[in-house]
Amino acid sequence: MREMIISELSQALHEIARGFAHFLPRLIVMLILAFVGWVIAYLVKAVLRSLLRLIKFDKLSENAGASQLLTKAALPSATEVLSRFVFWVAWLGFVLLGVNVLGILGLQEQIARFFLFLPRLFVAMFIMFFGLLAAGFFSRAALLAGVNANLPSPRVLSLAVRSIIIVFVLSVVFEELGLAEQTMLVAFGIAFGALMLGLAIAFGIGGRDLAQRFLEKRFVREEKDNEDEPSPL
Amino acid sequence: MAEESVLTDDFLRQLMNVGEVDILVGLPTHNNAKTIGSIVQTIQIGILRGFPRERAVIINVDGGSRDGTPELVTGVTIDDVRPASNVYALRTLHSISTKYANSPASGVALRTILAAAELLRAKACVVLSPESSNIEPEWVSTLLGPIYRDRFDLVTPTYRRHKFEGLLITNLLYPMTRALYGLRIREAYSPEFAFSGRLGSQFLGQNVWNDGTDEAAVELRLTLAAITGKYRICQSFLGEKLHVERRGADLVPALRQTAGALFSALDADFPVWSVVAGSQSAPTTGADQEVLLEPLRVNRKRLREMFSIGVSELESIFQSILSPSTLAELQRIARLGEEDFHYPAELWVRTVYEFAASYQKGVISRDHIIQALAPLFRGRAFTFLTENRNASGADVENNIEGLCLEFERLKPYLLQMWKSRE
Repeated sequence: MREMIISELSQALHEIARGFAHFLPRLIVMLILAFVGWVIAYLVKAVLRSLLRLIKFDKLSENAGASQLLTKAALPSATEVLSRFVFWVAWLGFVLLGVNVLGILGLQEQIARFFLFLPRLFVAMFIMFFGLLAAGFFSRAALLAGVNANLPSPRVLSLAVRSIIIVFVLSVVFEELGLAEQTMLVAFGIAFGALMLGLAIAFGIGGRDLAQRFLEKRFVREEKDNEDEPSPL
Repeated sequence: MAEESVLTDDFLRQLMNVGEVDILVGLPTHNNAKTIGSIVQTIQIGILRGFPRERAVIINVDGGSRDGTPELVTGVTIDDVRPASNVYALRTLHSISTKYANSPASGVALRTILAAAELLRAKACVVLSPESSNIEPEWVSTLLGPIYRDRFDLVTPTYRRHKFEGLLITNLLYPMTRALYGLRIREAYSPEFAFSGRLGSQFLGQNVWNDGTDEAAVELRLTLAAITGKYRICQSFLGEKLHVERRGADLVPALRQTAGALFSALDADFPVWSVVAGSQSAPTTGADQEVLLEPLRVNRKRLREMFSIGVSELESIFQSILSPSTLAELQRIARLGEEDFHYPAELWVRTVYEFAASYQKGVISRDHIIQALAPLFRGRAFTFLTENRNASGADVENNIEGLCLEFERLKPYLLQMWKSRE
């Protein structure tokens, strides 16, 4: 009995030792991959940061209104956020490659999914950034047009333009990420429809006089207007 | 001759029939049927009186008129005007027409005229606007004479104007052009002007035609090209300038055509204007400027209100364009009542220079920068109207001169901002 226990124990220890001996090189490979990945990710971050500074990405982000969002969230500049994000994605990619080498069952499928998800993540970020850029541009254009046409509440008009574009962009981003697609579609439909209905009611009933003045100004050119300002040229 | 490509085959055939000319009159039109007949007759009388021995052509470039304007131009015969002019041409006077586009575009129109002038080897060219309802036969020789007889290269007009007309010219374009380029040209952007064949050819070869934004104010670009190219420039007095369009809503397009075109030219012209100090007067035939003083109904209250609303609503945009001190000062005066409101010349000059520097740096969309200037200009216009409400012609001229000197005095401020660009 005693010999049997010792034999089993010895066999188990051998199994562990063999397993460990089999696992150790993979662990070392994983650590090497993680280290090399860190170096590469760091280099990518440094190059990307320089490139973004060269093309004045922070200014672009400021124009898009993204910088204001980052400041409110106590985050660093857009250049720093993007380069750090790329660093972490790149390094995480290498770490996961290393984990894959370990051959742990079940993890491999999750890792493959992660790599398949990356392109969608980047496309979503791309859409988000340029969506914010478009929202900033068109809301500013609406604000300027409203002020120069002497419309009442041009800031509200500008905010409405920005909100509509952002809601639309967010719905596209969530769809791209594949997050709660149906929920987002329905939520967007409801939010957009409610916004339009609200604006129509507010403009047509709440602001009936305003609507009348606006339409008169737009379509009925009174002689009085011609006497408002002398010719600039 | 690459510019031939802007001319249609039919137009080229017409030009070949005309042959070489001494004088070319360019007439850009768009739905001017009501007045064009009499304008062409006036031009023909002007040519017969001023240049009876010269080979001349009237070229109508039409932007897609639907009222038969081109047919009216070519339909006016010389026999119609001979009795009125009481002189006879010793040469054939041609009138030809071409359609350059289906909608008006002043840049394309002028380019067509320049290309035709180069092809016909015209010695002197004049461009006249069919919008000027009081055009006189003398305008032809007044504008062309200095080119043809005195070897000037560019003749810009001066007008008799109401003291409150052309506020964008008197408060921005004239003083800023004068301060930066060093030459006192009252109407650097005008629909009437004359130029020599050599200036026209040189300008035609410049790279100003590829950028659509510049084409809108190509007349101003021609004036600036003449200054930077050190061509001989003079001014001729034409008389009263009558406006067809008086609507205040045209301020933003007017700003694009003047301030926008001037700001966009500054980058390329930096080597020229950065070394200019002070300004010199341009040779002038006739009055430098005459001022009309009759009462003019202007809604000054609306101007001030639009300024105050603009300063308040566009604060986030102004933060990108203006320095904190200038913005703070604008916000302070925006809170003043109508009686106390005053937009001083120094603050206006700093505002304009900071806009020019921001335009060059492209802090936001350049068109948005120009649009943001509109409410501030209205504030300055209010102050100009208030200051000159009871002023005589001489007083108005003194005030404009004071503003010009302020633009010249603060030029180092613009240079400093320009050089400190990122």
